[in-house]
Amino acid sequence: MAAPSRDFTAPTVQFLTPEGELRPTPEAEGYLPLVEALPDAALEQFYRDMVVSRRVDVTGANLQRQGQLALWVPSHGQEAAQVGSARAARPQDHVFPSYREHVVGMIRGLDPVAILKLLRGATLGGWDPAENGNFHLYTLVLASQTLHATGYAMGLQFDGATATGDPEADAAVLVYYGDGSTSQGDANEALVFASSYNTPQVFFVQNNQWAISVPVSRQSRSPLSLRGGGFGMPGIRIDGNDVLASYAVTRQALEEARAGEGPSFIEAVTYRMGAHTTADDPTKYRTDDEVAYWTARDPITRFRAWLEGRGASAGFFAGVDEEAADIAADVRTRALEITAPPRSDIFAHVYSEPHPLVEAQAAWLEEYENSFEGGRA
Amino acid sequence: MTVETVAGAPAEADELRGVHTLSMAKAINAGLAEAMRNDPKVLLMGEDIGALGGVFRVTEGLLAEFGDRRVLDSPLAESGIVGTAIGMAMRGYRPVLEIQFDGFIFPAFDQITTQLARMNLRHDGGMPMPVVIRVPYGGHIGSIEHHQESPEAYFAHTPGLRVVSPSSPHDAYWMIQEAIASNDPVLFFEPKSRYWPKGPVDHDHAGLPLHASRVVRRGDDVTVVGHGAMIATLLQAADIAAEEGRSLEVVDLRSLSPIDFGPIVDSVQRTGRLVVAQEAYGFVSVGSEIAATVAERAFYSLEAPVLRVSSFDTPFPPAALESEYLPSADRVLEAVDRSLAY
Repeated sequence: MAAPSRDFTAPTVQFLTPEGELRPTPEAEGYLPLVEALPDAALEQFYRDMVVSRRVDVTGANLQRQGQLALWVPSHGQEAAQVGSARAARPQDHVFPSYREHVVGMIRGLDPVAILKLLRGATLGGWDPAENGNFHLYTLVLASQTLHATGYAMGLQFDGATATGDPEADAAVLVYYGDGSTSQGDANEALVFASSYNTPQVFFVQNNQWAISVPVSRQSRSPLSLRGGGFGMPGIRIDGNDVLASYAVTRQALEEARAGEGPSFIEAVTYRMGAHTTADDPTKYRTDDEVAYWTARDPITRFRAWLEGRGASAGFFAGVDEEAADIAADVRTRALEITAPPRSDIFAHVYSEPHPLVEAQAAWLEEYENSFEGGRA
Repeated sequence: MTVETVAGAPAEADELRGVHTLSMAKAINAGLAEAMRNDPKVLLMGEDIGALGGVFRVTEGLLAEFGDRRVLDSPLAESGIVGTAIGMAMRGYRPVLEIQFDGFIFPAFDQITTQLARMNLRHDGGMPMPVVIRVPYGGHIGSIEHHQESPEAYFAHTPGLRVVSPSSPHDAYWMIQEAIASNDPVLFFEPKSRYWPKGPVDHDHAGLPLHASRVVRRGDDVTVVGHGAMIATLLQAADIAAEEGRSLEVVDLRSLSPIDFGPIVDSVQRTGRLVVAQEAYGFVSVGSEIAATVAERAFYSLEAPVLRVSSFDTPFPPAALESEYLPSADRVLEAVDRSLAY
């Protein structure tokens, strides 16, 4: 009797080659109508989103180096995975990010300065999801948000807010996490609950190859997409640097979720071109050759080449660059204006109802600070 | 309670009037049912809470009355239970979760302390978390490892959580409803050795608010403080002490976060002596916090140092040794004697 195979492979959905040619893989064929249905304006928006995102990312990293932020979390290289999936969601959908999904937030209507407020140490949150396209708060404990997303999706079911047959009203949940997070217990429990309750939900894993300094091979011996099937849902591997693949596959999975067909698991194979955070030094654990390999697969370069081939004008690209520069400059200006919150924020909202201990400590601190000559603001 | 009592659990909502004699398990069951009838957003989730009614039968009959959209038998994953409940609370639900046994809460510790406890704060007050986590806890039931623990201090130590523990069926009936009505997360510790003894439940009068402590027996010589199953032990100690001519004042904490220090300090100002008793480990415990705070607030009233009676700072031993491990009335009285000797 032969031993079971230890070879694991998973086909990849890809439309655009790294050179920017539209050449769908066999797995992508079924999604082609979704791509063909995209108007030029949508394609231009994808490009604009990616370029603006990268420019804001550079701004964030620079602000950190200049001592204006405690930390920056680069998204450089992951623009296609994020833009395609985010543009696939509908306004009524709920998005639960990890902490690197800056452009997803911007697409949902979030002012990136809100993210800088968090990374500048002025807040533990930064925005109200209800007023920012249902884009929930960043979660720093890895994979915690996968369970919140699943519970939220269960709530949508309880409310009858999904699977009614009305695509304009039916809602789904899109949750982002990374290859490192897939090893967390919570990420696996979320897949169990989602599958068990058949939630309207898409798990979107950006496999950027590195969890700080540890390669994805330490998290999984097989393609992460294979995990979907083990939990009872489709697992689909996409070229995460192909914005069309990211859009089409997420779009399809969200439509199925809204229609009551259950959750899906998407692995977007991409690359973190920058450091994990600005506190990291990737030269200590990865090679120049590897970075060069992925540089040749840059998501913006290939999409631009394809758009150029379709006849997009030089003026369009110049206009986008100008727009991105303006947005980044504005973000930088306003980031520098972020001020420290009042000390009452230490105590506010720890409880939503009166709590004698916290109230007494708030009063004490106020009195203590005011006991100094002139008081401390 | 002076009203006439009626034996047995009330079966219908319209019978929830007057005073009934119920076990704590039945009282919590009745409280859960009442909360679910009053608010369609209240739902239950936990392991084996549906058809079985929970391993202690606290949720018995609720699946039949409310259906499987409101009584959810969850996958066997505590972090998943709490983590998904957070998402449901974001959606406007009021989940009441059952952790099957005290020692099984730790897989959910991360979701409780780093997520649930802080979610509203992170949202600047815009995301209340009305989640109740019911935890059968404590010893005296002769069970195996991880089934007799008292982990309440971990949660009382965590900002953003509320922690309560009833000692009687009446309190249990009302406190579970008050916990569900709270917009903050509440750890609801149910002393499982007290699930079965019956007591009067007044369905018309709640009595004290959720976070109030209460003097349950008046006395003059020494104040003894505890919570949950320890109250029965303290009352037993007070009976024995009375035979010896000593009068103990027994205070039931009821709430471990926040702690209502008023009745404790008032009592100590009269008796001058305080013994704090608990089933939990003594080191860095709720009892330690009470000792420190009473020393701060009633220093000049104290005739003796505040003494703690706890389990030992060892893992809960094999059940055959539990009677020597858990604080008994005699161990409480030993501390009372030491206090009086000063």
